[in-house]
Amino acid sequence: MAGAYESPSQFIEHHLTNLTVKTDPTGGFWTINVDSVITAVVLGLIGFGFLYSISRKVTQGVPGKAQAFFEVLYEFVDTQIKDVYSGDRKFIVSLGLCVFVWITLMNAMKFLPVEWLAQGFALVGIPYWKPVPTADLNTTLALSLSVIGLVIFFSFKAKGFGGYIHELFCTPFGSFPLLWPINFVFQLIELVAKPLSLALRLYGNMYAGEIIFLLIALLAGAGIGGVIFGALLHAGWAIFHILVVPLQAFIFMMLTAVYIAMAHEHH
Amino acid sequence: MNITMTLILQAIAFAIFIFFTVKFVAPPLATAIETRRRQIADGLAEAEKGKASLVIAQKDADKIIAEAKAKAAEIVALAEKQRNSTIEASKSEAKAAGDREKAAAQAEIDQLSVKAKEELRDRVAELAVAGAERILKREINPQVHSDLLGQLKAEL
Repeated sequence: MAGAYESPSQFIEHHLTNLTVKTDPTGGFWTINVDSVITAVVLGLIGFGFLYSISRKVTQGVPGKAQAFFEVLYEFVDTQIKDVYSGDRKFIVSLGLCVFVWITLMNAMKFLPVEWLAQGFALVGIPYWKPVPTADLNTTLALSLSVIGLVIFFSFKAKGFGGYIHELFCTPFGSFPLLWPINFVFQLIELVAKPLSLALRLYGNMYAGEIIFLLIALLAGAGIGGVIFGALLHAGWAIFHILVVPLQAFIFMMLTAVYIAMAHEHH
Repeated sequence: MNITMTLILQAIAFAIFIFFTVKFVAPPLATAIETRRRQIADGLAEAEKGKASLVIAQKDADKIIAEAKAKAAEIVALAEKQRNSTIEASKSEAKAAGDREKAAAQAEIDQLSVKAKEELRDRVAELAVAGAERILKREINPQVHSDLLGQLKAEL
């Protein structure tokens, strides 16, 4: 359907533009990417609603198929986190489960055919709809900053206020007063680098994957041969994303667990 | 790609989902898994205990069987001995009875043969006398020749 656009780059740009609502006439920070928020929330409601419906009927005896699925998922997260964190891990496992399920679902929106969504939303009068919330830096940054917020919270909780402040100024180089500023700068860099790397890794992977999907979709503009070739390429890229989608969610979950485990470590 | 208020909304959604997962979704499942794990562990321990007690019971049973076997062998040996002595006793008894019978029969036989001999002697003497009478064509007086006849009888 690239014919409806003036150039391929316009087609790609259109499909990567968020549906926005300005809450302030000046725009800027006060705009909301409605598609990202609605997709993310709806997926969260579906995913966690489904898990909650299983959880309510949970039995200690022989589990049903749905419960077995949930248990496999839970045990998977639990096993991973057991390796990096040795304390009471109930909260971290729940957090990891939440992160893994939600990000997987959001990433999985890539599997939906890009052009069908765009055309479908255009039919009901919605000009833009970017389907993958994790291909929006706002979403990934929201996730990673929340995680870092939790890391700071757990640092205070595990080491006490004085203990964490002491760590901020006295590690990694030592407690000599002249080293305090250097230590603090290093700690700040770490605190900024962690959420940035988390957010940019997920965002970059998803955004790049989305662009490739759109480039493949452009092939359909080259006639019947392009449609067939594009379909094959699309299938291949989608199959590859069966790996990428859960892998990125897994990496995000593991790093979340590792950061929180590090927050509990005493220097 | 601007950083906008979307970030704050997504963070709020994330916080709500974390709270929901931590509070409602995960705990029942975690409890169920933990309880089942404990049940399985207990069951395995019970099975181990059962196995151990089975081994002990098997040992006891073996001991009892061995004892019973020994006792049975003892009884059989005793019975064998009893039987042998009974057989021996009846054998010797039978032999003694046989000997007695044999002795009685022998005595009777002896008695009869003596009697027969006596009779034979009498008859032979008579025959000899009769033979001699015929030869001599006259009667020999037994009284006259009684010493001769007696001599003859003694010779037979």
